[in-house]
Amino acid sequence: MKLFVKFLAMQIKSQMQYKLSFFLTLLGQLFTSFTVLLGVYFMFVRFNRVEDYTFEQALLCSAVMLMAFSLAETFARGFDLFPRMISNGEFDRVLVRPRNEVFQILALKMDITRIGRLVQAILVFCYATPQSGVIWTWDKILTLCLMVICGSLIFCGLFLIYAGFTFFTIEGLEFMNILTDGGREFGRYPFSIYGRKILMFLTFVVPLALFQYYPLLYLLDREKNVFYMFLPIVGLLFLLPSYAFFRTGLKRYKSIGS
Amino acid sequence: MKKYIALFRIRFINSLQYRAAALGGLATQFAWGSMEIFAFSAFYRANPDAFPMEFSHTVSYIWMQQAFLTLFMMWYWENSIAEAITEGSIAYEMVRPIDLYTRWFCQAGANRLARCTLRCLPILIVASLLPKPYRLILPPDMGQFLLFLVSTFLALGVVVAFSMLMYISLFYMLSSMGIRQITSAISDFLAGAIVPLPFFPEPVRAVVELLPFAAMQNMPLRIYSGNISGMDAVRGIVFQVLWLTALVFIGRLLMNHALKRVIVQGG
Repeated sequence: MKLFVKFLAMQIKSQMQYKLSFFLTLLGQLFTSFTVLLGVYFMFVRFNRVEDYTFEQALLCSAVMLMAFSLAETFARGFDLFPRMISNGEFDRVLVRPRNEVFQILALKMDITRIGRLVQAILVFCYATPQSGVIWTWDKILTLCLMVICGSLIFCGLFLIYAGFTFFTIEGLEFMNILTDGGREFGRYPFSIYGRKILMFLTFVVPLALFQYYPLLYLLDREKNVFYMFLPIVGLLFLLPSYAFFRTGLKRYKSIGS
Repeated sequence: MKKYIALFRIRFINSLQYRAAALGGLATQFAWGSMEIFAFSAFYRANPDAFPMEFSHTVSYIWMQQAFLTLFMMWYWENSIAEAITEGSIAYEMVRPIDLYTRWFCQAGANRLARCTLRCLPILIVASLLPKPYRLILPPDMGQFLLFLVSTFLALGVVVAFSMLMYISLFYMLSSMGIRQITSAISDFLAGAIVPLPFFPEPVRAVVELLPFAAMQNMPLRIYSGNISGMDAVRGIVFQVLWLTALVFIGRLLMNHALKRVIVQGG
C-alpha cells in the first residue's frame, strides 16, 4: 500500500510538469461528457419524463456512472493501454519484478487527467442529489456510496477482461468498448428503459445494472427490500471470473520479443 | 488534378489494409446503434406527441449515422498531418510542388471515405433486414436519394474543411490534445451526433441550424430519412455549399499566413 501511494505521488508530480496541457486535457474531458448531459437535458425538456423517471433522477444515474467510470479509468488506465505495454515489451519488465502484475499495471499507469469526468460527476451530484426527491437518510447515503465504489470496481473488472484478451490477440479489441464506454454513455438513463432483454443481460452477464438500476429503485423508494441496497456488492462477484480470465491469459503469455 | 487523384488513391488503398480492425468495429457500432434506438423508443413511448420526427425517420437517422460514422465524426484525427506540423516533417512537404492545403484536404477526405466504405455496407445490409419498427428503410424516391448523395459529399467536405482549421491551429500551439477534444465535443454535439437537431429546444435549434455544424452530418442524414425533403433539401444543399466555400476560403487564408511565418528548427 505504501508503495502504491508512492507511485501515485510520482504520477501526479510527473503529470503536473506540463500544467497547461494537463488543464486543457482536463477541460476537454469535461466538455465531452458535458455535451452528453446537455443532450439528456434537451430530451427531458421535450419529453419531461421517461418511464416515470424525471430529469434529476436520470442525472443521478449519469452521475453514478460517470463517477464509477472515471474512478476506474483513473486507476485502471493501465489496462486500457495494455496492448501497447505488450507490444513495446514494457510488460516483460513488469514480469521480472517481485510484485503482483495487476498491482504494477495499476500503479505504473495512473492517469490523473481522467479526473475531469470525476469533477463533473461531483458537480452533477451536487445538483441532482437535492433535486431528485430522495430523502437522504443514512441507508440511502450508504447505498449511493456502494453504487459508486462497487461500480468502479466492476468497471475495473471489464478493463481486466479487455487486457486479458490482449494476451490472445496482441491488438486491442474494439468490441469491449460497447461494455466500457457504452456502459458509461448508456448508463445516463436507468437501464430498464432499454427493454427487458438488455436489462437481463446487464444483470446476469455483465452486472452493470446491479449498481445502477436496482439500487436506484431503492433510493427512490420504489423498492423497500433492503436486498436491493446490497446488490452492488453482489455485482462484485463479477471480479472473480474476470480476474481468472486475466490469469489464464497471463499463463499462456509469450513475449512478442521486441 | 491528376496528382491529387493519385494521392487520394494511395491513401484509400492504404486504409483498406486493416480489415480485421474494421470487423471488430462493426459489431461495436451495431450494438451502439441498437442501444440508441432503444433509448429513443423509450422516449417515444413516454410521449409520442412530443416526438419531433417520425419514429421511422429517427431509426433511419441513427442507422445511417452508425454506417457513416467515420465519414462525419469530428474526433477522427489525421495523425500524419498533425505530426507533420508538430515534428517538423512539414519541411519536406513544403518543398514538394503540390499545394499543401489541397494535398491535406484530399488525404483527410480519402482516409475518411476508405474507412467508411469498409464499414458502411455490412451495417446497412443488416439494419435493413431487421424487424419492422427498427428497420432501416429506403428514402421515398430516387430524387431524394440523389439529393442525399450530393449532400453526403458536401458534408464530408465541410467536416474536412473544418478539421483543417484545427490542424492549422497546430502551427500556433503545439499541444493539440485539449483543443482537439473541446472542439470535437462541441462540433459533434452541434452537428447532431448525440441528439439529432430536431430534438433541440426551439430557440436553440433556430440558432444552431445556421451554424456550419448543421451543414455536416445533420443535412445528409435528415435528407435520407425523409425528415427534410423536396425544396427544403435543395435549400439545405445550397446552405452546405455556402459553408464549404467559406470554410475552405478561411482555411487557405490562415494556412498561407501560417506558412509564411513557419520556422522549422534544425533536424
